[in-house]
Amino acid sequence: MKRFFKYVKPYLPFFILGPIMMVCEVAGDVWMPRLMANIINIGAANGDTGYILMTGFEMIGVACFMALTGILGAYFGTKGSVYFARDLRKDVFGKIQQFSFSNIDRFSTGSLVTRLTNDITQVQNLVNMMLRMMFRAPFMLIGALVMAISMNAQLAMILVIVIPILIVVIGIVIYIGFPRFEKMQKKIDALNSNIREALTNVRVIKSFVREDYEEKKFAASNRDLKEAGLNAFRLVIFTMPIMALAINITTLAVVWFGGRQILVGTMQVGELTAFTTYIIQVLISLMMLAMILLQSSRAIASGKRILEVLDEKLDLNDEEAKSKDHVVGSGSIRFEHVSFRYYKESEEKVLNDINVEIPSGTTVGIIGSTGCGKTTLVQMIPRLYDVDEGAVYVDGVNVKDYSLYNLREGVGMVLQKNVLFSGTIEENLLWGNPDASEEEIQSAAMAAQAHDFITATKDGYETDLGQGGVNVSGGQKQRLCIARAMLKKPKILILDDSTSAVDTATEARIREAFADSLKDTTKLIIAQRISSVKDADLILVMDEGQIVGQGTHGELMNTCETYQEIYSSQMDREVSAS
Amino acid sequence: MNEKQQQRLIQKYARKEDPSKMKGRGGGPRGMMKTGKPKNSKKTIGRLFSYIAGDKWKLVIVFFMVIINTVGGLAGSYLLRPVVNMLTSPGGSVEKLLGYIGIMAAVYASVVISQYLQARIMIEVSQKALEKLRNDLFRKVQKLPVRFYDTNNHGDVMSRFTNDVDAIGEMLNNTIVNLISGTITLVGTLSLMIYTNWILTLVTFALIPVMVFAGQAVAKVSSKYYKAQQTSLGTLNGYVEETVTGQKVVKVFNHEETAVDEFNFLNEDLASRQVKAQFFGGIMGPVMGNISQASYALTSMVGGVLCVLQGFDIGGLTVFVNYSRQFSRPINELSMQMNTIFSALAGAERVFDVMDQQEEEPDKDGALAPPIKGFVRLEDVTFGYNPDKVILKNVSLYAKPGQKIAFVGSTGAGKTTVTNLINRFYDIDSGKITIDDVDIKDIKRDYLRQNVAMVLQDTHLFTGTIKDNIRYGRMDATDEEIIEAAKTASAHSFIMRLEHGYDTVIEGDGANLSQGQRQLLNIARAAISRAPILILDEATSSVDTRTEKHIEHGMDRLMATRTTLVIAHRLSTVRDANAIMVLEHGEIIERGDHDQLLEQKGRYYELYTGKSELS
Repeated sequence: MKRFFKYVKPYLPFFILGPIMMVCEVAGDVWMPRLMANIINIGAANGDTGYILMTGFEMIGVACFMALTGILGAYFGTKGSVYFARDLRKDVFGKIQQFSFSNIDRFSTGSLVTRLTNDITQVQNLVNMMLRMMFRAPFMLIGALVMAISMNAQLAMILVIVIPILIVVIGIVIYIGFPRFEKMQKKIDALNSNIREALTNVRVIKSFVREDYEEKKFAASNRDLKEAGLNAFRLVIFTMPIMALAINITTLAVVWFGGRQILVGTMQVGELTAFTTYIIQVLISLMMLAMILLQSSRAIASGKRILEVLDEKLDLNDEEAKSKDHVVGSGSIRFEHVSFRYYKESEEKVLNDINVEIPSGTTVGIIGSTGCGKTTLVQMIPRLYDVDEGAVYVDGVNVKDYSLYNLREGVGMVLQKNVLFSGTIEENLLWGNPDASEEEIQSAAMAAQAHDFITATKDGYETDLGQGGVNVSGGQKQRLCIARAMLKKPKILILDDSTSAVDTATEARIREAFADSLKDTTKLIIAQRISSVKDADLILVMDEGQIVGQGTHGELMNTCETYQEIYSSQMDREVSAS
Repeated sequence: MNEKQQQRLIQKYARKEDPSKMKGRGGGPRGMMKTGKPKNSKKTIGRLFSYIAGDKWKLVIVFFMVIINTVGGLAGSYLLRPVVNMLTSPGGSVEKLLGYIGIMAAVYASVVISQYLQARIMIEVSQKALEKLRNDLFRKVQKLPVRFYDTNNHGDVMSRFTNDVDAIGEMLNNTIVNLISGTITLVGTLSLMIYTNWILTLVTFALIPVMVFAGQAVAKVSSKYYKAQQTSLGTLNGYVEETVTGQKVVKVFNHEETAVDEFNFLNEDLASRQVKAQFFGGIMGPVMGNISQASYALTSMVGGVLCVLQGFDIGGLTVFVNYSRQFSRPINELSMQMNTIFSALAGAERVFDVMDQQEEEPDKDGALAPPIKGFVRLEDVTFGYNPDKVILKNVSLYAKPGQKIAFVGSTGAGKTTVTNLINRFYDIDSGKITIDDVDIKDIKRDYLRQNVAMVLQDTHLFTGTIKDNIRYGRMDATDEEIIEAAKTASAHSFIMRLEHGYDTVIEGDGANLSQGQRQLLNIARAAISRAPILILDEATSSVDTRTEKHIEHGMDRLMATRTTLVIAHRLSTVRDANAIMVLEHGEIIERGDHDQLLEQKGRYYELYTGKSELS
């Protein structure tokens, strides 16, 4: 809870004025019956029409005052809670932006989205309710309590027994209810993941006619959510009858003990009527508090999930970087005894004692079987993951000593599973360099062999790509991604199997363009085809997390068995395409 | 960000597409949702109500419970009066007191029990209604054409499942019960008021038109803003969904700051709409409440004057004024709930909006499900995703079982589009596609799709075990068959290297498999299906060539009995096809087998020898 105060602080005036307005409204509420009593007791009893009218207008005045405070209260309350939520959302999103790849892997995407939206809404609702109700209840509670005690302290002892019992009961309900709400939010996560998969995998579902199966799967997680919800809410609804029971028992007790006192003659009848009214007021305000607390157990569960994101330890940052101002200059790379595994508990290393030296400006091909660690290797360079052992150096400086911004600014990368975003082609290309001129964009697109197909479409660079780039084919998408990375003019460019859907001839032209416009850039190319890497200055052959051969095509053909195997697997079918 | 960029941002994620760009087939634009004019709330409420109407008897019980509860509550406090009278009368005794306490205890017990039952039943009714609503929505979404998925922002659709359904849930949980008990209290009090003094009742009523007017005015404004709020929420959700999904690209491009900027703008936009919506929702209570306070004042005033001028008794006035206060309570309570009601209605509209989308065209009457051998024929097929842009022009081809037909051509030439048409993801504009000489429009769609297995370029896996993912191709496959399929796809060896083998749980978007491995699983999934027609769209693009060679043996066996359509960029992989179609600008410009095409010395020859490029 304390953590959230940070988000309250800037809007403290709202958080103070809101409740004050509410208290004013309550005060008016209490004042009205008094005025009304005056009309009867003074005005009507004395037949004073003038007094009646005056008091009546006074009442209308009070009503207007209350309407005003009520509206102001709504104003402050709304502003406070909305801005609170806005700032919280901003921080959570900002935090996610700082996440490393492994941080992201730890939370699922669906869960992060739920936390950012649904969970924050829950907390926001609670804050709003607290601002508008919280102070009303204690105010009433204290007032009525004071009145009751001053009237008949002996009888008020009943409250001393009832209130602690109630508080314990409420405490128990919250204690049990909280984990149940937590569970419910988890089920929402699961449901969300389910929906996401059904949306993204629609073609698979439809082509295998698995709609029924998906419906069943969804229905199951939906039922899970319902059960979890019922489980949580069932407890909540218990409190209302319990509170009612408490009120009623107390009333009975008051009537019983009070009645006997009256019979004995130590108490007035009028006192009994008034006393029960106060008792009921005390308990009703307690009930209101209980309801707020209960409603808050869902919000607390959500709050905890939000804090999990905010508290997630960033396992990759540049706080301890020694030369933050250093920018990537030449683009040489060195791997020294690099080992890595994705899951710290798993035994098999994805990378095992890698040693490589890559001079700046060279073109390096990386080749090897599926799952041998090629992608993992290159991800170490822009520090998408951190090495477990050993070190990676760029320009002779450990990558951990760069600021992340400078490092990644110097390293361009086309991911294997690449993503385009909603928006036009141009908007997507500008990711590489927001300040790029039209000519720069076009020349990057030309280099990536994308210009021709872009201009062939009706809207050219203004073509809308749609969600995740559904409006372009796989090969076009890859070329757009390459153009995007080229616009960045990086010192090191990594292409992770980024031309798999591009034909050989086009790919060759892209490589030519690299040699042309990215002459000084160190280029790392992961590929399946020998032809893609044949002309590289250095080829790394990987197998099961290790480099089993390095050299030029000619050298490897003589020395590296794995390379020869790869070569022969391609050459007996592939007529040299370029 | 400047203003233009901001406008653009909302435009991108609010997903309001120009209807003229969309294809109007079968009446009206399809596949996109209108955010247009406000709909009839009454109709929305009616539809919502239909979700709880199924539990008619439970609702009847709830209704009676609420009555017992409300009446019991009133009776409980009324009982105090005879108790007090008894205590003040000379015949008062502890025994009598005990008797009254017994009666009171009985009344209170019934109140507590009815309250519990009512809440308990209602929560079940509402949770069940929400479950049904979500199920219906999901079922509906499943039935929507692929076009819907291609044109709508997934995050926004998800927001409808969660945020909007949630808003409805809030309302179902509370509002209905309050509505019933409020109405009972209103009617009860009203009769008592008329019974006590009809003139004063009229005075109380004088302000009701004002109340109705004010209520309507506030409701109109706030429901508009609530709609805007839910839309903004959906937009933000869409942005978050896409950005978090593409988070790795965001990192690679140092794009975090821009992302934060854009998010902040959308967040700001949501906040400003929320302030408006919730403010107007929030003032409903004070406005209505204090109009009724004013009415209370007016009643007291007129009542007081009546006492003086007409001799209306003071006791009567006291009672009446209390009634008038009681009368306003349910009105206050209900108007306090306007927030909930408005966001629920706005949410419901967005949910029903999806539910009203046009589904995939139903099967024709008498649609067939003949045993399919796999003769595929396209006759003069013309198609475009948008009416103004034709992708395929007069494409004709014929394939027999056991044959492998390959499509080559530049990206964007329409190769993938061909695969979208055979299993009717999209329907063709003109021409005809037949399987075994039956028009595919005359075949039951599900049956058609069951007979066409696809392996797509983008890997699509589900959260679950590897075994489950392969079994997706045929649900009744045995474990042995699964292993067999994995071997066919050369996936067996890497699967066995995983810690839990075939029972390894993979995340839909997790990092634990390489892209090539995912493709192998995709192939295994298709291999296990017994569909006579197989479509491979760049199925092995991320698989290394050695592995690809291994797959080939398995695939050859698979293709021997099937009709196979292959799309590949590596010309080497299509060399042994029975026929190769060279597509350009949506037309087949050359066809023949590898040798014939080389002899022709046309486009294929150029491509193959590297004299020309696929642009």
